Amino acid sequence: MKVTIDNITIDVEPGTTILQAARKIGPQVAPPAMCYYEPIKGSGGKCRACLVKVTAGSERDPRPMPKLVPSCITQVQDGMVVENTTNPQVLEARKGVVEFLLLNHPLDCPICDQAGECHLQDFAFEHGVSKTRTVEERNTFEPQDLGPYIQLHMNRCVLCYRCVYTADQVTDGRVHGVMHRGDHAEISTYIEKAIDNDFSGNVIDVCPVGALTDKTYRFKNRVWFTKPVDAHCSCDKCSGNVTLWYRGEEVIRVTARKNEWGEVKEFICNTCRFERKKTSDWVIEGPMKVARHSVISANKYGANAIKPAHPLKQAAEQYKQIDDTRDRSFLEPQKQLK
Amino acid sequence: MTKTQTVQFPADTLERVHEIIKRYPEGRQKSALLPILHLAQAEWRWLSPEVMDYVAGLLNIKPVEVYEVATFYTMFHLEPVGEHVIEYCRTGPCCLMGGVEVYDHLKKKLGIETGETTPDGKFTIKEVECLAACGWGPVFQIREKYYMHLTKEKVDEIIEELAK
Amino acid sequence: MKILTQYIDVPGIETIDVYRKHGGYAAVEKALKTMSPDEVTEEVKKSGLRGRGGAGFPVGMKWSFLAKPEGVPRYLVCNADESEPGTFKDHYLMMKSPHTLIEGMIVSSYALGAKSSYIYVRGELMYVIHILEKAIQEAYNKGLLGKNILGSGYDLDLYVQPGGGAYICGEETALLESLEGKRGNPRNKPPFPAVKGLYQCPTVVNNVESIAATSWIVMNGGDEYAKIGIGRSTGSKLISVSGHVRKPGVYEIPLGITVEDFIFADEWCGGIRAGHKLKAVVAGGSSVPILPAELILKTTNGEKRLMTYESLSDGGFATGTMLGSGGFIVMDETTCIVHNTLTFGRFYHHESCGQCSPCREGTGWMDKILYRIEHGQGRQEDIDLLVDVSKKIEGNTICPLGDAAAWPVAAAIRHFRDEFEWHVKHPEKATQPGAVFMREGASWAV
Repeated sequence: MKVTIDNITIDVEPGTTILQAARKIGPQVAPPAMCYYEPIKGSGGKCRACLVKVTAGSERDPRPMPKLVPSCITQVQDGMVVENTTNPQVLEARKGVVEFLLLNHPLDCPICDQAGECHLQDFAFEHGVSKTRTVEERNTFEPQDLGPYIQLHMNRCVLCYRCVYTADQVTDGRVHGVMHRGDHAEISTYIEKAIDNDFSGNVIDVCPVGALTDKTYRFKNRVWFTKPVDAHCSCDKCSGNVTLWYRGEEVIRVTARKNEWGEVKEFICNTCRFERKKTSDWVIEGPMKVARHSVISANKYGANAIKPAHPLKQAAEQYKQIDDTRDRSFLEPQKQLK
Repeated sequence: MTKTQTVQFPADTLERVHEIIKRYPEGRQKSALLPILHLAQAEWRWLSPEVMDYVAGLLNIKPVEVYEVATFYTMFHLEPVGEHVIEYCRTGPCCLMGGVEVYDHLKKKLGIETGETTPDGKFTIKEVECLAACGWGPVFQIREKYYMHLTKEKVDEIIEELAK
Repeated sequence: MKILTQYIDVPGIETIDVYRKHGGYAAVEKALKTMSPDEVTEEVKKSGLRGRGGAGFPVGMKWSFLAKPEGVPRYLVCNADESEPGTFKDHYLMMKSPHTLIEGMIVSSYALGAKSSYIYVRGELMYVIHILEKAIQEAYNKGLLGKNILGSGYDLDLYVQPGGGAYICGEETALLESLEGKRGNPRNKPPFPAVKGLYQCPTVVNNVESIAATSWIVMNGGDEYAKIGIGRSTGSKLISVSGHVRKPGVYEIPLGITVEDFIFADEWCGGIRAGHKLKAVVAGGSSVPILPAELILKTTNGEKRLMTYESLSDGGFATGTMLGSGGFIVMDETTCIVHNTLTFGRFYHHESCGQCSPCREGTGWMDKILYRIEHGQGRQEDIDLLVDVSKKIEGNTICPLGDAAAWPVAAAIRHFRDEFEWHVKHPEKATQPGAVFMREGASWAV
């Protein structure tokens, strides 16, 4: 079936969601996703970052949908017309979502291990405004250790539920979940309990923000100083396909491999993640294909990186007060189009 | 209840639990969670982690599934409470009916604030949202009983009766 | 015209014998013995009965959406999670006359082909749950529930399920989640419950009052029901009245009487309490827009406003409101609109499930801003900020709780902005106990 997103038409299989169709077209029209995670069943629909306007429901019934719809869980119909970043109502709603997600967020990026590969940073940069309107006291939680490997900073959590679903679907005994409700809802084990399971470390990779971080990597480095390479080993628990993050000669972190949307397709075991930190444990395949969501692209792989041109252009035009000294040459072709 | 005591429903309650589980299709026993948490709270006054773990065992579900649910629903006490938990409605319609003054009187009378328990362990005051008795307000609830059309005098009577 | 409450004050009506003496369960006999399930559905469709829980969606149409795949059970779930501030009609009906609901449940379950049905009652109403359970036992004993009801070959089991204290479970998919023993997080739709509801099976969720009305419709026919009321607002409606009237309580009204009669006639509310004047009304439960006296009594065309879905919403949100669940909250001139709005803001903050970000964060934000304004720490820009936050929530959430939280705040500022400004400009006056802003020249000014 045919669907048109931001004036680009594409053919997709029935059952495809708007977001998947948009990703197929490419990053320039792909809506942001804070909670949706393709490999995890049941994810999506919650964060509202991916809201889009459907201006024509289908060929058969071309009426527009009355409300903005979450593109991650809305299936395309033949002849559907969707507006993503070309619709002011969508951009306005996303500004709101950024503001809501940051309302109780500590903005502690300078000391957060996720900085540089944080989807909330990307989302705020692409769709947010640079000024805050809240003067209220933020809701705060104490950091918690979830066992020897994982630390939970609830203050940073956006309640995407990804880690809960991952624990249900990838590990054999979930011990953490979402407790309480409303803006007091929190990820927790309720009673102090370690998340102790061979695959528990994957919750770190699926976390879009710095709420669940790797304690073995804590404060070790900034991601943009590291050099990621793909590697594998023969592991009896998982596929053994990983990314090693080097600083100089030292492996300072091991993660699962992520695709260009920051999604893990092959979950890895804790032994690979936390205990195999010597180069000699691994067969090196070569430099990692840099993901869209990684700032390391700005430093090392500039020319080859896929950049989300449209939102960046918008941000650059709209919010001049941001002191941004990075390379903006990629904006030039877009300007000519205009 | 101390940790050394084993958590176990009395036989008749346990029978009730098994009856409740039968209300739902095979394999859907988790549906019985809310009714059983109510029975547990009636038995032990509040839901300690031990009690919740016991309930998880009865229903053959993970303990975290019980914690998630018990913390979501505000009727469940997650901390020890007094013998009589007074839950007063703070929402608009009860305020219109003079609720604020009546509740202030209640707090003064018991010498405690919302969320606190009297030193003798007799009363706990909790603030709740709309109890669906707006035309009969101000309202509070103690266990299953609704006390409606409250006035300061009526509050005095109720407290004195329960304090006996 | 009383349909649901005709015998509600008869002593002993909560027992099956007295209830049957007053014509109770005749609808079960009629439906099960003389009508096909589709014929029952047809009558309900003809009646024009609209969902009484708040949304007002036609009940017959909702029933007709129910998927009926072979070999898959179907469910009817009664939504008795009544928690919308201002609404207590279902509480009243179930407490006084439990068999009215049970009879409706049997008739409706028969129409839908449900073999197990559940009544989900908010947990706070445990005493009402006991009343219902006792009544259900009576019905089983008389062969009105269980196997082969009245020899018709139709089997039905009916259970009561307690909630645990969560307004959100009044949203039908949150209710189903809760009934499955989970957190009351609303589901993403589609799929709708009519296709995948309880235990992933086709399910209809209806309000207590809607289900109770089906017995009368079966007995008297859908056409008779449709004769009551005006236009698309057919039948009778239970209105819960609270606030500053002489006689608060639950009233069954034929849809179509004027708002003015409803407030001032002795038959209903009996007017504003002695010595006071009408200032504002929230007509359909806390989530619907508040209207000042002049707009609730008359539309902007100068016509008398009626107690119907259409008339109350005349003028849209600019000058109108909604019938909603019929939670009719009346305020006189002693009411501080800012304080009242704060209690609603606090309510929705407290009741947000926290699943989607606009509602989770937005309700808390509005509550905090309202709290500051009420307590003398408001800034002029806070008023527009509140309106903007409400707009960012409205329409962007998984379920209608976001809208329900946004509307009362936006409407209070729309119609009573001067009162908010007074709080901001004169905090020393506004924070005095009992202090209320008086709009010069307003009909309620003293």
